[in-house]
Amino acid sequence: MPEYDVLIIGAGLAGQRAALAAAQSGVSVAVVSKVHPVRSHSVAAAGGINAAISVSDDWRSHAYDTVKGSDYLGDQDAIEAMCREAPGEVMHLEHLGVTFHRNEQGELDLRAFGGASINRTAYVADITGQAILHVLYEQLLKYSGAIERYEEWFVTSLIRGEDGGCTGVVARNVRNGQMETFAAKSVILASGGAGQCFKPTTNALICTADGMAQALHAGAPLMDMEMIQYHPTTLLENGFLITEGARGEGAHLLNSQGERFMAQSAPNKMELASRDVVSRAEQTEINEGRGVGPDGAGVYLDITVVPRKRTLEALREIVNIGRDYAGVDITRDPIIVRPGQHYIMGGVRTDIHGRTPIDGLYAAGEVACVSVHGGNRLGANSLLDTLIFGHRAGEHAAERARSTPMPSVSDAQLRADAQMIEQILARPRKGRRVSELKDELGETMNRHCAVFRDATGLQSAYDTVKRLQEEAASAYIDDQGTVFNQDVLGAIELRYMLDAAEAIVLSAIERKESRGAQFRTDFPARNDAEWLKHINVRLGADGEKQLSYSPVTITQWQPEERKY
Amino acid sequence: MAKYTLRLRRYDPESGEPPYWDEHKVDLDPHRSVLDGILQARGLQDGTIGIRCSCRQGICGSCGVRINGKPGLACNTHLQSMTNGDGNVIVVEPLGNMPVIKDLIVDMDAVHWKKIQSVTPWLLGHEPVPEREYLVPREAMVDVTQSMACIQCGACVSDCLAMEVDPEFTGPAALAKTYRFVGDPRDAEHFERLRYVAEDPHGMYTCTHCFKCVEACPKDVNPMGQIMRLRRIAGADYDIDDRNNGYRHEHAFVKNIRRNGLLHEADLLPDSYGGKFHPRAVPELLSSLPVILKGLLRRKITPAKALLHPHKAPPDVRAIFDRIDGEAARYELNLYVTGTDEESPPTRGAGEPAAAREGAER
Repeated sequence: MPEYDVLIIGAGLAGQRAALAAAQSGVSVAVVSKVHPVRSHSVAAAGGINAAISVSDDWRSHAYDTVKGSDYLGDQDAIEAMCREAPGEVMHLEHLGVTFHRNEQGELDLRAFGGASINRTAYVADITGQAILHVLYEQLLKYSGAIERYEEWFVTSLIRGEDGGCTGVVARNVRNGQMETFAAKSVILASGGAGQCFKPTTNALICTADGMAQALHAGAPLMDMEMIQYHPTTLLENGFLITEGARGEGAHLLNSQGERFMAQSAPNKMELASRDVVSRAEQTEINEGRGVGPDGAGVYLDITVVPRKRTLEALREIVNIGRDYAGVDITRDPIIVRPGQHYIMGGVRTDIHGRTPIDGLYAAGEVACVSVHGGNRLGANSLLDTLIFGHRAGEHAAERARSTPMPSVSDAQLRADAQMIEQILARPRKGRRVSELKDELGETMNRHCAVFRDATGLQSAYDTVKRLQEEAASAYIDDQGTVFNQDVLGAIELRYMLDAAEAIVLSAIERKESRGAQFRTDFPARNDAEWLKHINVRLGADGEKQLSYSPVTITQWQPEERKY
Repeated sequence: MAKYTLRLRRYDPESGEPPYWDEHKVDLDPHRSVLDGILQARGLQDGTIGIRCSCRQGICGSCGVRINGKPGLACNTHLQSMTNGDGNVIVVEPLGNMPVIKDLIVDMDAVHWKKIQSVTPWLLGHEPVPEREYLVPREAMVDVTQSMACIQCGACVSDCLAMEVDPEFTGPAALAKTYRFVGDPRDAEHFERLRYVAEDPHGMYTCTHCFKCVEACPKDVNPMGQIMRLRRIAGADYDIDDRNNGYRHEHAFVKNIRRNGLLHEADLLPDSYGGKFHPRAVPELLSSLPVILKGLLRRKITPAKALLHPHKAPPDVRAIFDRIDGEAARYELNLYVTGTDEESPPTRGAGEPAAAREGAER
């Protein structure tokens, strides 16, 4: 049985950063990822990474913008830690070789981004996530003596010891179906978000809430799950992301009358208000009949106001996306966008060291909820979150490992998981396929759990999720093989997504106010007296999900009315 | 909606059977991608179809395949662009030059990643590391971002002709990765990196300049262009010897045009080898004697013309050379950096979205 001091699940930015930090402290490290590391969804992050590195900036200003962006639901101790450490982290990345865009003096150039009071977003064209992810992977290759990589291994369970702590994982080698138990002193979940619970979504097909469901079943709480970010600019045709960098460079949003409608809801920041505000404004235009495109279901994003040369240099990827997926030259014509599911602020609850309430289990990145994003994440804060808390979790997990003996782990969980897979393979071919259930889940969530929500819709979503959970237990697959059996993994992922979706809907029903990304048409105001608190979801002894609350940490910024 | 037939190359390693063809009919809008088609077939008809995929928008690099014989990403290839009028049949196969694991999934580790690892693919930065960022020219960072934009999809590796002949060839992706560091002013080991890919008998001089990788790349990384830049930098800045003599050959052309204004082929060969009397040129000239004799017999050349080329470069041509020589830095043609110079105004103003929509639909 392979044994490691620190085992990391997921090899996106949080996972790779955690691995490098842990290896730096000299402990043995393994990274287990269901896809090759550079395929991780961090690769799709476009716009940039926030850090108060300009001489006229201050980390406190960054922290305040983040607190305000979170609609005061973010924990301020965590936000302070993130913003204080941001400049050092960005410089570290630069020294590792990230090809950050420069100004004429050869210093890092900074672009404007939503909800920020000053230009503080460092970037690599509009492929910032890819540029950072690939550079971290270079470092993983450099330190391959210290960091073992299990590429294309799918984790099926977290293992818990007798005292309740996390002692390892069970995983399946996607290439040959081999099951393996890994013992580990510390386990870090870094397996990304839950976007595939929604259809459409900007998220990759691999973002199936694996870590959230695994943590839930290991006894850890999920927090802020109702906070689902709808990004203001996703392509009408297929929901692909058009980076906020476009608006950062000056692009306008227009309705069918040709009006810059953001003037009403955010007269100062206009298109660069925080994402929840812009998405609501767009959805209002669409709902009130001022939308454009088929069924008036979108609004215009006009990038033609940005100088063409600048667009070709700094927004290269969306030039390609416009051309390939909408047939539009964005330097010549506006494109039609709409709000689309993009990010989940919630996740596995952790402290500022990445620790979950389960001993030995850490989480970092989108799978986690520290909570630095609260009710709404600012653009270019997610790359920062993954790196800062990946780093912190890696360091702390390594430190813990040094004072902890290697747990002895049985193969009981492996046998249980192998049997679970056998049962999926043996399901009779009747009823519905896994892919059909997944589509129904995604469409349901996108209908009822989107920009505007109400009790009736959410209840209907809940009923659908519960029914789909029953159907999923017998949903059939075709592939009986062991080599790259993606079918059987899809069935497991569906179960993960349904767990996360239930937590999302339950939390959204529970929060009877409007804050950040949660806008309840039946409770349209923010209610600090009753709801300035986090909602937690746990799995009870009966297997049902239970809700509880935890306080919001406030250090120096009292809640105020939010205006942009 | 339109109907398409996907003709997939299938292989099940557990069956003991050889690869076979498999057809699936899918119903999708013409602008949807080949990957959408494959996923529809997998989701609704046959869950055993194997393909790596994740982001669906051309950034994760998972779904490299060959479509109608050409390598690319299934997710950014439109169904309609691949139909051949033959009942809307689209042929999808795994990438070439790499072993197939299952169906459309190839073993990237065995070929692509092994080659990437061979070029020391991480920054070896100048010491001491500055407290803040390295101060480097803006253009240099934009320039290396082009090779950094490589998503490691393997499309270029798939169709590399040189690799087909010499499987040990470092290949387009790994050499583009080499340029990513050689072009990066923060890297301290440019000479060592260049020497490594120059001295390796399967290194940068193995590239045959066939343009296949340029056509294959879905991200405009232009791997062959980066290889040519590596060669130029090696020859011009580091005096590294070109195994194929290409560097001297290139300079022979330049010298020739500069002097004559026209190509004077009789000079080209000796100039490529250091002049008529250079020891390297003698065997080359001797081995070319049959060709020279044939040329004389067929009156393609006359001895007088061959030895005394009468044409001299006009002043305009010489002026071009003088101007380029006068530039402080060598000009590298790189469209990634400059974009197009054309700056015509947008076709219509921002206040006319209705008209813009028509434009969008065209």
